[in-house]
Formats: sequence, structure tokens, C-alpha cells
Amino acid sequence: MALAGRTAAWWARRARLRPPCPAAAPLCLAAWLPATGRRRYSSRGKEKLDMSIYPVESIRNFSIIAHVDHGKSTLADRLLEITGTISKTDHNKQVLDKLQVERERGITVKAQSASLFYNHEGINYLLNLIDTPGHVDFSYEVSRSLSACQGVILVVDANEGIQAQTVANFYLAFEAQLSVIPVINKIDLKNADPERVEKQIEKLFDIPADECIRISAKKGTNVEKVLQKVIEKIPPPQCNTADPLKALVFDSTFDHYRGVVANVALFGGEITKGNKIVSAHTKKRYEVSEVGILTPNEQPTHKLYAGQVGYLIAGMKEVTEAQIGDTLFLYKQPVEPLPGFKSAKPMVFAGMYPVDQTEYNNLKSALERLTLNDSSVTVHRDSSLALGAGWRLGFLGLLHMEVFNQRLEQEYNMSVILTAPTVPYKAVLSSAKLKKEYGRGEITIINPAQFPDKLSVSEYLEPTILGTIVTPHEYIGKIIALCQDRRAVQKDMLYIDENRVMLKYLFPLNEIVLDFYDALKSLSSGYASFDYEDAGYQAADLIKMDILLNGNPVEELSTIIHNDKAYATGKLLCERLKEVIPRQLFEIAIQAAIGKKIIARETLKAYRKNVVAKCYGGDITRRMKLLKRQAEGKRLMRKIGNVEVPRDAFISVLKRETDK
Amino acid sequence: MAAVRGYRRAAVAVAAARPGGGGPGRGTGPGPGPAAEPAPQPVPEPAAPATAALYVHWPYCRKRCSYCNFNTYVVPAVDEAAVRACLVREAHTLLRLSQVHSITSVFFGGGTPSLASPRTIAAVLEAVAGAAHLPSSAEVTLEANPSSMDTSRLTGFRAAGVNRLSIGVQSLDDAELRLLGREHTAVEAQKAVEAARGLFPGRTSIDLMFGLPGQSRDAWAQGLEAALGLCDDHISLYQLTLERGTALAAQVRGGTLPLPPQDLLADMYQTAHTVLVAAGFRHYEVSNFARKGALSNHNLSYWRADQYIGVGPGAHGRFVPRGEGSCSREARVQTPEPVAWMREVQSQGHGTRSRVVLSPLEQLEEVLTLGLRTDEGVTHELSLQAVFGVPGEAQVLQDQGWLLLDGSGLRCTWAGLAVLDSLLPDLLCQLQRRWALPGAHRGGTRRGMDTDGHSGQNVGSVSGHNG
Repeated sequence: MALAGRTAAWWARRARLRPPCPAAAPLCLAAWLPATGRRRYSSRGKEKLDMSIYPVESIRNFSIIAHVDHGKSTLADRLLEITGTISKTDHNKQVLDKLQVERERGITVKAQSASLFYNHEGINYLLNLIDTPGHVDFSYEVSRSLSACQGVILVVDANEGIQAQTVANFYLAFEAQLSVIPVINKIDLKNADPERVEKQIEKLFDIPADECIRISAKKGTNVEKVLQKVIEKIPPPQCNTADPLKALVFDSTFDHYRGVVANVALFGGEITKGNKIVSAHTKKRYEVSEVGILTPNEQPTHKLYAGQVGYLIAGMKEVTEAQIGDTLFLYKQPVEPLPGFKSAKPMVFAGMYPVDQTEYNNLKSALERLTLNDSSVTVHRDSSLALGAGWRLGFLGLLHMEVFNQRLEQEYNMSVILTAPTVPYKAVLSSAKLKKEYGRGEITIINPAQFPDKLSVSEYLEPTILGTIVTPHEYIGKIIALCQDRRAVQKDMLYIDENRVMLKYLFPLNEIVLDFYDALKSLSSGYASFDYEDAGYQAADLIKMDILLNGNPVEELSTIIHNDKAYATGKLLCERLKEVIPRQLFEIAIQAAIGKKIIARETLKAYRKNVVAKCYGGDITRRMKLLKRQAEGKRLMRKIGNVEVPRDAFISVLKRETDK
Repeated sequence: MAAVRGYRRAAVAVAAARPGGGGPGRGTGPGPGPAAEPAPQPVPEPAAPATAALYVHWPYCRKRCSYCNFNTYVVPAVDEAAVRACLVREAHTLLRLSQVHSITSVFFGGGTPSLASPRTIAAVLEAVAGAAHLPSSAEVTLEANPSSMDTSRLTGFRAAGVNRLSIGVQSLDDAELRLLGREHTAVEAQKAVEAARGLFPGRTSIDLMFGLPGQSRDAWAQGLEAALGLCDDHISLYQLTLERGTALAAQVRGGTLPLPPQDLLADMYQTAHTVLVAAGFRHYEVSNFARKGALSNHNLSYWRADQYIGVGPGAHGRFVPRGEGSCSREARVQTPEPVAWMREVQSQGHGTRSRVVLSPLEQLEEVLTLGLRTDEGVTHELSLQAVFGVPGEAQVLQDQGWLLLDGSGLRCTWAGLAVLDSLLPDLLCQLQRRWALPGAHRGGTRRGMDTDGHSGQNVGSVSGHNG
């Protein structure tokens, strides 16, 4: 699993080992329910629930983990139906995926959750289900989810078998000492081979084949059995209602009408409307105006008790007031704050600028709100001569960056300029002057504009990752070639059954950031899967490459790359730019340069004929409309020297790399 | 038909007898209807009588050409009497609404207007002459296809009042003609042009196309030579535009036909310019060439942003509906679909589908955009120096050799004309910016906007649909 997994799993490790009884845990592990990006339904007018009927012993906190598309969200839909949380209709698809971007892309971006009520052998249970994101970029959310659970349902596709993310997710759960309930899904499919998958699970994870539950989440087959196993195999959280209130803010959203909605997990005590609470982080005092649980929509309750999770509204007006990882306690009853979450480590950085500088403040407030819901994005103010005032944002991966950008557009109606993504390189400084300037000998470079010259650096370092690839064996040759092309070093190779292989490679991060996953998918006809985790830094021969248009550098496209890759990358970028820049009245030289040395060049010839042939009475209206749109567009063009470039040209050049 | 000239003379009397100022169209004119009719306002009578060009659209064709996306219809049978009655009625209504005193030119376009009977053409011209002055010298053009213009029909058109013919030759190569989906052969085209020149000497124009998929530079040069041997004093040369939704565009997009390279198109255009100028032609508009002064007056009206009235399905117009008491130039479009258009004409006297009041700035934008297509450029009183004589886009474009601004106006150089569409967005930006400056459009510029002889007051917002 990705780096973030490791850093956030501290929590789980603190918990006492292994179910069934983590009694000596210094902190109890309550489930927590990350908030939704947008709450679709109002909770007003509903009758308040009494949560005191669910003592800690009847609570189970669990997560579903799986490789993408193995049926995690479908299983969640079924569990919600069986427990009566949602009514059973044909329309329940990805119920927990509320963001537009999630439904459009069929992925889970933000961890979602729901409290389920289930009667088993005469006891009413409160089951807190957390649906985790499936893509490697969002592993931060996965690990935060796992840290709140005592067990997981590991879903594996009966046809596809174990995939790279299955491996990564399993080890994450395993290291966190969680109970694992293996579930083989999609047994209704024609090519399903559950026996083979059981053998893989036995071989790789050392779980006896007979512990696997064969289900079809789509048809509902054996799903009830899964719920029973959750109750039997997963231990309840350990904490006490008699203790003073200790609530962890694990997520928060901003509601235009009600202010900040904080999602909390109770590690002790209870909380209700009217309680005076204090933030351990800001020391500010608030009065609670509403508490409740998520089912998955907000459902107000009288109180929340230790071990339970839910939301609270307490008159916080600013998004910054609900710090994720903060501890809330009762006024005059201070407690030792919880350690909070370590922030996720961004893997990809890009500059973000408003298309029009007058939009700066609007974009600023949109960023603030969106980052409240997605605390894994880091934000630093930045400015550039060419692009004006903006920010340098850190993302968990390229998909994360795209999704973030898409959410800005869809949820905040903002359109922005994004620069070429870069990974966090480091430089060991040799120049005394620079050392003094930075106050340290080693600096992290997240913006190519700050790349120090070779003369003042004793060594450049690049981040690396350990990648896991699971593939049918017939693609091994091509995959090994691809990895070598990406400067990767093989670390392991293991047959997980007769025709499936697991490969481990050490990659420079920048080699996989942009397009590795797509290249892997396309050369394996979609069969190979990939996941990765942080593997520290290594020395590298790095250079900064500029792209010039008629001699003027394009700031959006400056990149730091490995010396060996400069020529090929420079050539590719120039070729693609030639396709996306419209012809103009003069010739345009598109060049890639390292310092003063030009390493690639394309020439975009001047327009020699551009005039519409017919313009008579009936053509004028249409003609004027088009021309005025073009005149309007001129104002939105990026001017580099005298060359006019559409705003989206640079991003499309970079993005197309992922379409290869 | 011999009486037509007489009708024209009679028109002078009609115009003279019309009460000054003229009333609104009595419920037949486009407008909100009698109840909401604007109160007649004292409109300052212009110094010169208002004039307009008139366009008449014949919407039918026998067959759709592979490159054409015009408003044309291929129907099994045309109820010509009904169409004729509607064209006549709408011409009458709109002429009254415009209150123009004199029609400077008439153009029958389409579609294939040479498929209409001379009687229909005559009826429309009679209606025009009945509602306004139509001088005998006025240019009356009919678009004709070589496949629908035998000598007897041409004679009929001439008798009806047509005095200029524009023939859609398009190519003098049979393979190219097939590619374009034309119904005629090169030989038929040749014969048609010869017949037309006999009847309309000095007033026969031919259309040719270049930049066809697969056409070589040599093939174009040969076609041009052949056309020079055949033509009269006017040629229109159109670079093929691949319009969305046409058969040709689909084939090019689908890859079955090649897209002509940009540089080849530029070369072909250059070749045409050189060859025709050497043969004594004046390259007076982007796609139009004339010698011995045989310019198309009607088309010049568009490019000079004069008033024009559009009659017939889908026809466009630009005029001030003074009959309603308005002083604002409007962009008007008639209902495109012939049956719907006829229904509207029959019930309310016209089929105007949309009317949009053009703001002074929009009128200036049109003056600029259209005027720069001609070799004379923009010569209006528009205070060109104030708008474009200051540092800005226009000066850059002048320095680069695309534009000229001097005492006689603003115009393109030959190189600039070929890339006009790349110059216009910049010029429009500058115009819009200058226009936004306080006081920038007082005086000269404001007068310059006055392209149809009226004061530019009372320019309001977009009016509602009326169809």
C-alpha cells in the first residue's frame, strides 16, 4: 500500500495485538465515519434515535477492502439493504459514493460510512461500515479507515483472483493486527473459479481455504453470512462511557447553512446537545447544537456514547476550526489529547493558478473548502512571473490530482491552470551560500523553478517506491521490459499459482507518476494490476528541462527529469505541443532545452491562408458569432512572448501521456 | 413581360405618393401586434431617401450537392403558385416595413432559383417595383445551375427583368463535378456559360471551387486556365469549406477522402490571384474577381454593411423597420422551413422568425469584419484613426505587413487578405476596448456607425421573437 498507509497506521499498531481482546489498548478504537462531500438529504424533522441501547459490546467497526472493481461498493449496497438502512430497490448503486466524480468514474474517492443496525441471535448490533477508496492514490483514506476498525472484509473477485491491491490491502490490515474475513465475490459469473482464488489466498495470505465465504454481492447470495461473520470474528472496540468525553475529529465538511459539520469518534464519555466543548488544538469553546449518526445520511440522535461514531455541529464558522485529528473534550474536564493523524505524504506536486487573477480570492476560498474535505492535499502559496499568484499543491497521485481538479470544477465551478506535475526531489547542497540561505544542507524541491544548479549541489535525490505487480504470466516479458525502461530494479518474483505472477520492483517515483499504470494496463490487455508503497530516496542524475516557444520558456511545462530521459521526453513534449497549439501568423519554434542547450525542436508553420470563402447576407450572423467568440477567447489565451496558447493546451499535452 | 419596365416606372410614382414618414404595417408588419404598437415617433427624415438591396431565397433543388449545407430542400413537387404568392406577399410586407424608397439591387439565390419559372421571378420583381422604386439600372441577379438553364428559360428570365446571371459551374473537370455531386458535366457547363454570355453579355458570372480533396495544384491551374477561356467579366473562386453535416465532410472525416494540406490551399489561392490579376481582373473581395468594372453591386452591399432585406424561407436581412417607427438596425431571419414559412406568410404577411436589434458596437463590428474582405477596405466615416491609429493590435498587424491604415481607410494587404480571419479577432478586441473607453465613440465614430443613413439613436436591446 502506499506510503500514507504506513504513516497513518501508527494508530492501529498502538492498539493491543490481535483480536479477540485488545483490552490493554491505551486508546480504544472506535469506528469513525468520514463525512460525505455533500450531504444530499436533510436530516431535519426526523425522530431522534436513542443510542444508549448500543453498549460497546454490541458495536463492530469494520471496513471492506478490495482491489478496484472487485465489488466493494456493491457489497456495501447489499449490506445496507439487508440491515434495512436503505430500502431494497434496483437503484442502489454505489450508495456510499456520493460525489459526482465518484459516480462518473465508478470509483470511490472519499471514504464513506454508514451505521447499520442488525439483530443477530436476539442481540441488536450497531455495525459501523466504512467503504474505502479503491485506487492506490487514495490509500491515505484507506489507512485512516483501517485504523478505526477492528476487522476487515477482504473482497476478491472469483474470476480475476488476487490483484496487486488485494495484496497491499491485506498486508495493511495484517500489520494493523485486524481480523480478516476473506470473501470471494462474483461467484455467479460464468468464468468464476472460487477454488483457484481460495488456493491463492491460502498460499499468499496463509488463510485456510475453508474460511473464505463465496458470495455474489450482485445477486445477494450468502451476503447475510458475511454479516454473521463480522459479528463473530471481529471484536468490539474497547472504551468506557463513564470516562470523560474524548472525541476525535476525523473528518469535517462545510455546510453553507449550518457551518462546519465535524465527524467524530468517541473514545470515552458521551456527548449531547447543549454540551460545552473545547478544542484541544485551538482552545476555543463551542456549544453543541446537534449530534447524530450517519445512515449514511445524517440522522440526529439524543446522544453519542463511547465507541460510537457520528457527527456534531457546534457553531464552528471557519473551516480551519475543525482541524482533522483534533480532540474535543468537555469544558473544564480536559483530557490528554489524542495524538491525531499524521498528514499524508504528497507524492505529486503541481502549481495551481486562477485562469484570471481576479478570480484569486474565489479560488482561494474554494481550495480552503475542498481541502477541508480532503486533508491529504497540501497547499503552499506560490507565485510566478508568468502565471501570477497561485499555489503549489501536493497530491497523493495523479488520479488524486485529476479528481481534485474535477471536484473544483464540478462543486465550485472553478477553472484553473495546472502546471506539469512533479515529484518531491531533494538536493544535498554544496554551496555555503545556499546552505546559509536555506538554513540547512538538504532541501526538498517541489517546484522546478527552485531547482538549484548542479554547481551548488553535491547530490540530487529522487523519491522511490516499491511497486507490486500481479499479472498473468504471458505478459511477464513485456512488463519486465517496461519496468526496465522506467529505470526500475527487480526485487522479487513469485508465482502465486500456475499462471499468475507477482513482481516487485523498485521504481523512481517520477517514472510511474504520469503514465505507468496506463502503459501497464494497455500492454497486459488490462489484466496486470499495480500498487506501490514509499521506499525512500536514492541518488539520481537530475536536470531541469524547459520548454520554449520562440525562445520564451513555458513555465507550466518546466520539469525536473532524469538525464537519461531528457531527449525522449523533450522530443515527445515538442511533438505534442505542435499538435495542440493553433497555427498563427508567424512560425513558432517549439523547443526543449536544458540550460542553454536545445535538445529537441519542432516547427509550427505560419498560417498562409485563413479566411472564410463565403461571407454573404446569410453568413454574417454566424460569422460574427464565431469571430466574437474567438475575440473573447483571445483574452483567455496564455501569451508566451507573442505566441498565443489555449489555456488547456499544456495540461492536454501532459494528460495525453496518460492516454497513451 | 414587356410591361415590367413600365411597372418600374410606376413604382417611382408610388414612392412619391406615399405619405411621408409612413405608418406601421397595420398588423401585417412584424411586431407585437396592433395592441402593443409603439406610438409613432417623430423620426427625423434622412437627407437622402433610404435604400436597400433585396435578397430572394428560392429554397428548392433537384438534388443536394455533396458540399452544401444551405437551407435547401429536395421535394418531389413544388407548389410554385403558392410559393410565388408568398414571396410576393412577404416582399411587399417587408418593403413597406422598411420604408425604403429605392431598391438598389435584387438577388435571387437558393437553392436553385433557375428551377423557378420566369413567371415567379417576374411576379416578385413586379411586387418590388410596386412597393419601392426599382431603377431600370438596378442589378438583378439570378443564380443558375448549368443543368437547369436552357436558352428559352434564360430568355424568359431576361424578359422577367433579370439582367445578370451567376452560374454555378464549380469545376470544368467531370471527375471533380461528380465528387461535388453536381448534375452537370464540364461540356454542359461550357455550353451553359456560352448561352448565358449571349443573352447577358458582360453580366455573366461563374462560380468555381478549389481545394477539393485530392485536387493537385496543377489540376487547379489547368481548371483556372480553362475557366479564363470561358468566362465573362466576373469570377467567384471559393475554397471548399467542409461544412458539418455534408456528405463530403463525412467522407473526409471518415478518412475515405484526403484533407487538402494548408500550404497547398494557400498556393492555390496565390495562383488564382496571380493568374486572374494578370488577365486584367480586379481582386475586389476575398473570393471575387471582376474586370471592366463588372463588380457585383448586390454583394458589395453586404460588404459595405448597407441595408438589405431578405425575402423567402431562411433569408437574412439587415434593415431599420422604419414602418414601425424604429430607428434601429435589426438582424432579421425568416423561418427556414418552406412549409412553415408559407403558413406564416399566409397568416401574417411575413415569416420573420427572429429580430435582433444590433447595438452600435455590433454594427461597427460588422462594418469592420465585412469591409476588410474588400480591396477598398473600410472607408466609412468610422473614426478609424481614433480606434486603430493608437498603439494596439492594429498597429502590430500593420507593422507585420497585414494591414494598411491611411487617409482612404483601413484595408488588408494582399498577404493580409489571405489570413483575414486571423486578423479579425485582434481587431475586434481593439475595437471593443476602444469602444468601452469613455467618450471614445462620441462624434465621428458615432456617425461612422451610421451606415444606413440614419442617426444611431434609440438602439435598444434584443427584441423578442416574432414568428
